[in-house]
Amino acid sequence: MLQFLPKHNAVGPTRRQFLLGTAVTTAGFAVGYRLMMAAPANAQTTPAAVQANPFQTYVEITPENRIVIHSSQFEMGQGSYFGIATLVMEELDGAWAQVHVVGGYGNTALYGNLAWGGAAQGTGGSTSMSSSWERYRKAGAAARAMLVAAAAQRWDVPAGEITVASGVVSHASGMQARFGDLAKAAAGMPVPDDVPLKPRDKWAQIGSDSLKRYDSAGKTNGAQTYTIDLKIDGLNTAVMIHPPKFGAEIESFDASKAKALDGIVDVVQTPRGIAVVGRDMWTALKGRDLVEVTWNEEKAERRGTAEIMAEYTKAADDPGAATARDDGNTPAALASAEKVIQGHYEFPYLVHASIEPLNAAARINEDGTIDVWGGHQMPDLYQAAAAQVGGTTPDKVRLHVMKTGGSFGRRAVSDADLIIEAVSTARALGPGKPVKVQWTRENDMRGGRYRPAYVHAVEAGLDKEGNVVALHDHIVGQSIAGGSPFAAMIENGIDPTSVEGATNLPYAIPNLKVELTTTDVNIPVLWWRSVGSTHTAYAMETLIDELAAAANRDPVDFRLSMLGHHPRHAGVLKLAAEKAGWDKPLPEGRFRGVALHESLSTYVAEVVEITFNDGNDFKVDRVVCAVDCGTAINPDQIRAQMEGGIGFGLGAILQEELTLTGGVVDQENYDTYMPLRIEQMPRVEVHIVPSDEPPTGVGEPGVPPIGPAVANALRAATGKTIRKLPIIKNLSA
Amino acid sequence: MVAFTLNGEARTLDVDPEMPLLWAIRDGIGLTGTKFGCGLAQCGACTVHVNGMPTRSCQTAVGDIEGASITTIEGVSGKIGETIQAVWAEFDVPQCGYCQSGQIMSAVALLTETPKPTDDDIDSAMSGNLCRCATYHRIRAAIHETANRLET
Repeated sequence: MLQFLPKHNAVGPTRRQFLLGTAVTTAGFAVGYRLMMAAPANAQTTPAAVQANPFQTYVEITPENRIVIHSSQFEMGQGSYFGIATLVMEELDGAWAQVHVVGGYGNTALYGNLAWGGAAQGTGGSTSMSSSWERYRKAGAAARAMLVAAAAQRWDVPAGEITVASGVVSHASGMQARFGDLAKAAAGMPVPDDVPLKPRDKWAQIGSDSLKRYDSAGKTNGAQTYTIDLKIDGLNTAVMIHPPKFGAEIESFDASKAKALDGIVDVVQTPRGIAVVGRDMWTALKGRDLVEVTWNEEKAERRGTAEIMAEYTKAADDPGAATARDDGNTPAALASAEKVIQGHYEFPYLVHASIEPLNAAARINEDGTIDVWGGHQMPDLYQAAAAQVGGTTPDKVRLHVMKTGGSFGRRAVSDADLIIEAVSTARALGPGKPVKVQWTRENDMRGGRYRPAYVHAVEAGLDKEGNVVALHDHIVGQSIAGGSPFAAMIENGIDPTSVEGATNLPYAIPNLKVELTTTDVNIPVLWWRSVGSTHTAYAMETLIDELAAAANRDPVDFRLSMLGHHPRHAGVLKLAAEKAGWDKPLPEGRFRGVALHESLSTYVAEVVEITFNDGNDFKVDRVVCAVDCGTAINPDQIRAQMEGGIGFGLGAILQEELTLTGGVVDQENYDTYMPLRIEQMPRVEVHIVPSDEPPTGVGEPGVPPIGPAVANALRAATGKTIRKLPIIKNLSA
Repeated sequence: MVAFTLNGEARTLDVDPEMPLLWAIRDGIGLTGTKFGCGLAQCGACTVHVNGMPTRSCQTAVGDIEGASITTIEGVSGKIGETIQAVWAEFDVPQCGYCQSGQIMSAVALLTETPKPTDDDIDSAMSGNLCRCATYHRIRAAIHETANRLET
């Protein structure tokens, strides 16, 4: 049946073949990514490809008077649906009780990410608001104008006399209609060419501090459904057996004992492993224990992280394979510097570890169409992948965009892993037999797609006056884009996701060199909340802090003195320092640290206060965060994303680390891979810089500064910079 | 056959007695508010009340709950539970929301036992509930607020 599968059902590099054929998608992502890197803040000025009828595209109004917003952006907890609904509601003047948001897909012209030039639909790089800023306000305004036009026609009054408020269209004569009553007629009105948008001083939704998320109730009473909660007639549950090492292949397997178990529906081979299908999760899990697999590990990655990191460290001392930035003459400036600081930083692999373990469901239908339910963060790509594995064309694939219990980047995966597992399992079961592939925590932890491990070799020099004259950073690690549909974003040997955050260092340093050596390791990697900045910000901001100390300068003043051309960087730094009381003395045993970083065009500074006892006994007590993300659409969600980003980043630098021994992942569950827990969460205060600039994202940029801010506070306490992460394990080492 | 009370209703289930209560509730009964996160009592997403005690349902066998009274997120009621749910939404605590059923079940148990919890009380009662979105800051604030409202 599965004759289209590769001969050995390889789970290594050959799975890329599934997607490398989708040339259109590949080119689209690459072009889009370059646009995003080049001019993210101006991305929304890209003209929309179509003058679409809003009622048929973005703002559906049902006869039952519901406003159903079709979102181009994926909701994984970060509030993109709420943000987009806010933009629509600002212009539409509906009532929030009417609002329902669903995921749109299947039409790149409508839903392509405008921050990526509209070339592909997808959610990433904290672009949801910049992509949607004009698109969804215009959709709301056009829909409103068409509702007014329909009412004017029905009531035979001038459109200018009609008002709209809280989902009701009214005329002074007393005539009124609900949106739902006018929806059909409104959809037939001419689509206005250029609807004026409300001026800033008339905004009631955008920037409102009291506006709360419309989707919280279902998250407090169990009603919100995720992919794991799907209820479809005849739905079975499949659990996966994956290769024990990355790149290992199935030699043979014996499923006879599993199939003999009551409730096991089937055991099928997919391109990525073996799916054990049961009538429920528990049965499938019991069946899984009974499957015997022989693996061929010939092509498997057999190195452990100790060997890999040793190789990286050695490579970091050699010249880099490619140069990402080269200002002045860094080697010469370092050679003549008065004081030089140098060292190696080590960053471990990290797991996204969302609490909802990865999943997707699929059904092949009698008519040849395919339904796929899941966390469709890259809908174009997933439609193409499902079509390819399902033996049809993308237009025959219906996506059901589910909300997910987190993602942090993991649901935007170029090999469409879960989609391929679900669709190939459904295809093996046959038409009309839906199946949900549900990973366990162990599958999730050992399933690959990690934040890559990196080593940075850094060297920086001060002159006699304590000015930074040169900085050199050589980054060694895997490329996220390499070998994926995103490979075209690599130019001159530089994957921008490996070096971002270092190449755009804002400080006025006359001699600055950033080199990159991309390594060949068969451990699947991926973007992880704030991507390159997860490691570059740490290396750069702890180094700058150490330079300040070596120059006997205050860390805030020292940074400010090098930020003359970067007022937004300087702005958040000053605000955070002021709100934190940077100049005020702290009680004994308490220490402060600061870090500043721009990622994805959002500027964030964080000041932390720690209590340090001794050894590795310390606690992060307080974080004061200042953020400049342009126009603040949902201030309370900006705060929420900063708080969450700080907690997410803090867990990672304190104690998260994925290691391998002999090619096998050592961690399986939350007992050994440990995200932050509540007792470790500091008090967080977030201050938003008032701004009229276009909005930028907040999902990721809160993450990068927390690590270096904590490390800088620890250096203030101990005199030592922690260059090897995670901190707790390495602090007293 | 196991007989127990679920959200105030008498139930019987004819399943493998070793089946974790989590899967019995989700797949057997069809109440999906209780979540699977780790299967190892490490994340707290599956927290339910067994005779009022917060319990990880992923590590509780159905065979062991004969005669017990089980409450899931769908069965949260009463002043404490309803106040917590209201404050949770008002404070915009949830982000993805996936862990929040478990968080709320633990918070209800905490406030039932300790009406005026300190930060330390909150930390120790809620430590078993992971939130990967790290909404902890608001969870803490929402528990204090709930305690204040219940006092008046």
